[in-house]
Amino acid sequence: MYYKKTNIWASVDWWTIAIYLILVIAGWFSIYASTYDFDQTEMFDFSTRTGMQLIWIFTSLFIGVLLLLIDSDVYEMLSIWFYLLIALLLSVTIFIAPDIKGSRSWLVIIPGVIQIQPAEFAKFATSLALARILSVYKFDIRNFKIVLVSFGIILLPVLLIYLQKETGSALVFLSLFLVLYREGMPGYILFSGFVAVLFFVLSIRFNDVVWGENISAGIFLVFLFILFFILFILYNYPKGKNHAKQLSYITLLIGFVSGIIYFFIPFDLTWVVGSLIAGMLIYMLLLYIRYRASTYLWIVVFGLTSFAFLYSVDYVFDNILKPHQRIRIQVTLGTIDDPGGAGYNVNQSKIAIGSGGLVGKGFLNGTQTKLKYVPEQDTDFIFCTIGEEIGFLGASLVLVFFIILILRLIYLAERQSMAFCRIYGYCVACIFFFHLAINIGMVIGITPVIGIPLPFFSYGGSSLLGFTLLLFIFLRLDTARNRSYDN
Amino acid sequence: MKKDLNSEYRKAFIVGFICLIGIIYLIQLFRLQVLSPDYKDWADTNAFLKKVQYPSRGVMYDRNGNLLVFNQPAYDVMIVVRETREFDTLAFCRAVNVDIETIRRRFQDIKNKKLNPGYSSYTPQTFLTQLGNKEYGVLQEAIYKFPGFYIQNRTVRQYNYPNAAHVLGYIAEVDKQNIADDDYYQRGDYIGKTGVERSYEKHLRGEKGVEILLRDAHGRIKGKYEEGIHDISPSSGKDLTLSIDIDLQAYGEELMKNKLGTIIMIEPKTGEILCMVSSPTYDPSSLVGKQFSESYLDLVKNPYTPLLNRAINGAYPPGSTFKTAQALTFLQEGIITPNTIYSCYGGFPPGNGRPKCHGHASHIPLTSAIGTSCNAYFCWGLKNMLENKKYGSIQNAMNKWRDYMVAQGFGYRLGVDMPDEKRGMIPNAQFYDKFHKDKNGKPWWKALTVISIAIGQGEVTLSPIQVCNLAATIANRGYFYTPHVVKGIRDVEQDKNYTVPRYTGIDAKHYDPVVQGMRMAVTGGTCQGANISDISVCGKTGTAENKGRDHSIFMGFAPMEDPKVAVIVFVENGGFGARYAVPMGRLMIQKYLKGEIPDGDKPLETGMKNSIILRSVLQKN
Repeated sequence: MYYKKTNIWASVDWWTIAIYLILVIAGWFSIYASTYDFDQTEMFDFSTRTGMQLIWIFTSLFIGVLLLLIDSDVYEMLSIWFYLLIALLLSVTIFIAPDIKGSRSWLVIIPGVIQIQPAEFAKFATSLALARILSVYKFDIRNFKIVLVSFGIILLPVLLIYLQKETGSALVFLSLFLVLYREGMPGYILFSGFVAVLFFVLSIRFNDVVWGENISAGIFLVFLFILFFILFILYNYPKGKNHAKQLSYITLLIGFVSGIIYFFIPFDLTWVVGSLIAGMLIYMLLLYIRYRASTYLWIVVFGLTSFAFLYSVDYVFDNILKPHQRIRIQVTLGTIDDPGGAGYNVNQSKIAIGSGGLVGKGFLNGTQTKLKYVPEQDTDFIFCTIGEEIGFLGASLVLVFFIILILRLIYLAERQSMAFCRIYGYCVACIFFFHLAINIGMVIGITPVIGIPLPFFSYGGSSLLGFTLLLFIFLRLDTARNRSYDN
Repeated sequence: MKKDLNSEYRKAFIVGFICLIGIIYLIQLFRLQVLSPDYKDWADTNAFLKKVQYPSRGVMYDRNGNLLVFNQPAYDVMIVVRETREFDTLAFCRAVNVDIETIRRRFQDIKNKKLNPGYSSYTPQTFLTQLGNKEYGVLQEAIYKFPGFYIQNRTVRQYNYPNAAHVLGYIAEVDKQNIADDDYYQRGDYIGKTGVERSYEKHLRGEKGVEILLRDAHGRIKGKYEEGIHDISPSSGKDLTLSIDIDLQAYGEELMKNKLGTIIMIEPKTGEILCMVSSPTYDPSSLVGKQFSESYLDLVKNPYTPLLNRAINGAYPPGSTFKTAQALTFLQEGIITPNTIYSCYGGFPPGNGRPKCHGHASHIPLTSAIGTSCNAYFCWGLKNMLENKKYGSIQNAMNKWRDYMVAQGFGYRLGVDMPDEKRGMIPNAQFYDKFHKDKNGKPWWKALTVISIAIGQGEVTLSPIQVCNLAATIANRGYFYTPHVVKGIRDVEQDKNYTVPRYTGIDAKHYDPVVQGMRMAVTGGTCQGANISDISVCGKTGTAENKGRDHSIFMGFAPMEDPKVAVIVFVENGGFGARYAVPMGRLMIQKYLKGEIPDGDKPLETGMKNSIILRSVLQKN
């Protein structure tokens, strides 16, 4: 094999490095601002979190440069080994880690000084392993083995980290399903996931809401959506288009008549929708028997699964989720209002962000975060400090920078000639995206409170190092993108 | 590598999804930060410190201008832990005169979230309470040496006399209910809990002011907001002048020492209460400041219930004092005339000698009946009234009777300006209809069923102040002013309720024979012990039947022609009225009208002061 000596510093993507540096430095100022108090104005005191973070930043930069200097092939070669090593480390951690605030995810190297969270390093290892497997065997839903292996690679760390009681970090790996989608996983799997979340949210959110006399809003809404999706899938199937049209007319007619009857004699409209669905599913079954087109059968499966899912949601919600998880979901959905208890964090963080206004109160002038109204303000809730002190303009700038970084990563991934590099790039982008969406979403009250850090901003050496590894490995792979042409 | 269309579509979907989430989040940020002003307001409540300026509470004088209750400044030491630096602990201890251990413990307690849930190192916390004047002076001089420490001015109630605790009442920190009822109050505020402190709370408390201060990012005060133009200065509470004569009050309390009961004196011409003794009593200054909780607990545990104001918060059978009210009713209704004579052979003849009576000549007119306190006479009167055809039925007669009682101030609260007044009990026809029924369930009762109410026994109960008010009504020959303890409020006109006479509806002429009877009781009847040579006292004894020893009652007024004072002395378990109540009434009247006790009565005075009548509390336990 012949390698063209490429100049790393000429071919590395400086745009990404620039955004990385901006975010890391902005993050350091945010940590300074959120831990700032009257007694502690020193920026470079290494006994403080600000000082410690500075050490972590320089360590990360050093390691980042080091990563760029390592041969790019190493990552592909060692990917499986990295993965197995991390899996072992994660397993060991479950048993030897001390209990810190209910979580068993920290390995103490030197007590009180250095402790690391292996989960942070599982991200790049899992991404490498997934990229490796999918670059060798193309993802094909009909290939049962590859489906099993790629799902297994993603779900093993989910399980191990879940056992460490770090549910938030465990969920991060689910974002890799988006990578599988990019690599050929059928859209209906993503669609099913989306529909499942939608049905879950609807049935929990409207569980106790009653419309009119006796219509249970949760079930009624889900039924409506099932009806809609059946027609939608049928409509998108070329041969089903006409059937879909006819069924839509019938549905509208029956809906209209029921509406008029309901106006005079209120009754439970759920029965009407339910009967329509049942009728359609029987019709689909008949179509399948006649034409033997699998789409019709899938629609029947979809309908029946949806029913099963709807009626198991309550069971899952009441029996499988833990009480604090249940409450967090209910607070986010607004079915319970508890600003003093479970809703406290979110409520206070919304006040802090909301009080920032358009341009903010100025650096170090945030009262809400300084007076300790917001919890975890230098880790999971650090976006509050940003929102309060530099306002809508600053907060949206940070958000936009992250979006640009993620889009840039996708752009870089797409320009890779090697599948391994492309897939790894997508993994990096998706992991960053999940962190961004969940962390900021929770702080502004859109998603439930799931404790995961905001990359480069939240205080913590493990997370900064983990994200740096994730990113710089990809940057290194990117510098070698033209390599195969030189073969 | 060739990029197929499907990959392009999938890439576009992922990019689109990321952008969609980004846009949703931007919209939510815009909504929170720019559109919704609520969040800014909530944050502002933390940035502005509204410091309450406490007004000084109104003080109280007695009717002669003696200062009874006033305020003394007290000082709390506050601490903002964030602002403290190393300081000379020993010097601090010397300044505030506490030992170093206390200081250490206070520091720990303040930071202990369990003991002090509202702790924040940025906001002032109470470090020491109620510093004396001397310590305040020393600390004020040296406060610059102790950064983070501040002095907060407060006031505590001070009392010049150890008397009149029930009248004055006490103040204490507001409870949850107070805060819920009136949003003027905040945690830590003081409110009148009993007595005048409570009934005149709105006048005494004044209005709080507010000072709006700016607090910087660290919770430190940065000065007044817009130079104080939004500040509201506090307005002081109104001073009160009580109708109480503190010397008379103190003398009454001295007489009632070691006895349970009450002495009330009212000026009939105004309704002003001259003294209101309730025994046992306590020193009002024991319920001030640090020792409050300890003293309060002692008072609550005391089996003789010193916190109870027996003058208005108790109701008892009025006994024979009630007969005067009967006489007036019968006269006005024409049931009797002053010359009507009824028989008595040691008891009420139609009741086969019940209620019993005591030895006196039979067949007597009204004046003698009052003078000798004949039971039979008033039973005859009530019987004749209830059975009188002119009312149509016994029910109508009964309710007519009740109306007369109510008009004389019984059965309902008089409206004394003190909290928790008892209304007592005057039964009406419906009351008896309910309890006395024949075989068919129809109401069936007759005069004899209820006859004991004529002599102040049975279902009738009155509070001591209602009895005293009866004396005032007779002294005035037909009207009374609502009794009250507050004579004047500075800069406020007195409530009309206390300046308008209330008429009983009984003609003045009917009062003369009753007054004659009461005079006869003093000169030659049941209360000869109150016969003072140079004051024409009118009186009536009473003995309220009780499960234990009877209560002793004296009701009277003096002088007969131009009454200056009406009095009731009520001694629990004091036996016959003549035994304790009459001599004490004699002493009280002399004390008020003469200002001193003549030498001849000194042995009596000593005897009364030294006698002890306390029922055994062991019975209760």
